[in-house]
Amino acid sequence: AAPQGRLLCGPGLRRGGAGLLVTKCGLLRHRPAGGGAYWVDSQQKRYVPVKGDHVIGIVTAKAGDVFRLDVGGSEPASLSYLAFEGATKRNRPNVQVGDLVYGQFVVANKDMEPEMVCIDSSGKSSGMGIIGQDGFLFKVSLGLIRKLLAPKCEIIQELSQLYPFELVLGMNGRIWVKAKTVQQTLIIVNILEACEYMTAEQRKQALAKLSGN
Amino acid sequence: FMQRGLDSQTKKQLEEEEKKIISEEHWYLDVPDLKEKESCIIEERSFLRCEDLVYGRMSFKGFNPEIEKLMIKMNSKCKEEEIEEDDKMEADVSDEEMARRYETLVGTIGKKFLRKRDQRVLKDDDEDEDDEVEEGNSNTRPSKRAKKMFLKPQD
Repeated sequence: AAPQGRLLCGPGLRRGGAGLLVTKCGLLRHRPAGGGAYWVDSQQKRYVPVKGDHVIGIVTAKAGDVFRLDVGGSEPASLSYLAFEGATKRNRPNVQVGDLVYGQFVVANKDMEPEMVCIDSSGKSSGMGIIGQDGFLFKVSLGLIRKLLAPKCEIIQELSQLYPFELVLGMNGRIWVKAKTVQQTLIIVNILEACEYMTAEQRKQALAKLSGN
Repeated sequence: FMQRGLDSQTKKQLEEEEKKIISEEHWYLDVPDLKEKESCIIEERSFLRCEDLVYGRMSFKGFNPEIEKLMIKMNSKCKEEEIEEDDKMEADVSDEEMARRYETLVGTIGKKFLRKRDQRVLKDDDEDEDDEVEEGNSNTRPSKRAKKMFLKPQD
């Protein structure tokens, strides 16, 4: 949060001269808490790496001590093998090409190649790292991800009533889903993809049909 | 270059000239100091700081119990719902017993550090009375004092 007297200007806004300049089209949002913050809520499909974001990356290559991950940006991100919990020079993490990794950006600006880590500042993994076997990875727009990650998201709450499943949301637009059977997994995938364009009522109808079946 | 034969005055003059040359060579700006404008605006490029976003890894209906625990931990961090548990573990030993034990403990450990003479004194007293160490200690004190006082030789 911003300290007292200072204003936080988020994505879509930039400081220009004496005031603010808008760099993206969208809805202007304001948060009065914590010193006040303004940002522009815009729709986007292409992800731009931002420091601190948690994303799902696909391992594309192993280059010595560093893995190259595809995060959907303009450049592949690099992930050092020491950036996992409990990893030492002798105890290397078991990462293969094609694995899914959930991590956060530690360096991400337009001048440098983005770097990722799978531990947080205290050295614990706290949920980050290699995502397990099975499951389904698909891509949605960034706006939907933010909607799903909102504190009390109806879509997630309604889906959680259906059947047990596991979900990982990456800020780069990638979602990974795993349920007990392949059919259940595909149902959840279809709902999540479609709920971007469905209204709340249509969604409730669709879910009612499913839970009826 | 500092010759021994030079007087102090000429030395000082030489030093001053040196300093002048050096300071003239230093560059300095003729421009007046620009005041730094205090920026009241912080730029932020991530949505995470603007909106209250939940942690990205979720599990429902017990599919992955570790992640469900993690969800509770991460989300309670965000909302700052600190559930303060009363960590009053029931002590194995009650406070009174602890105080009693500690009293005697001090005496027994104190004995360890007494000098040989005093230990002998203590032993004699302990043989006489089987009381608490406190009284034993208080008994040693007058006898110590008695011993240390000058004994006037009898005529």
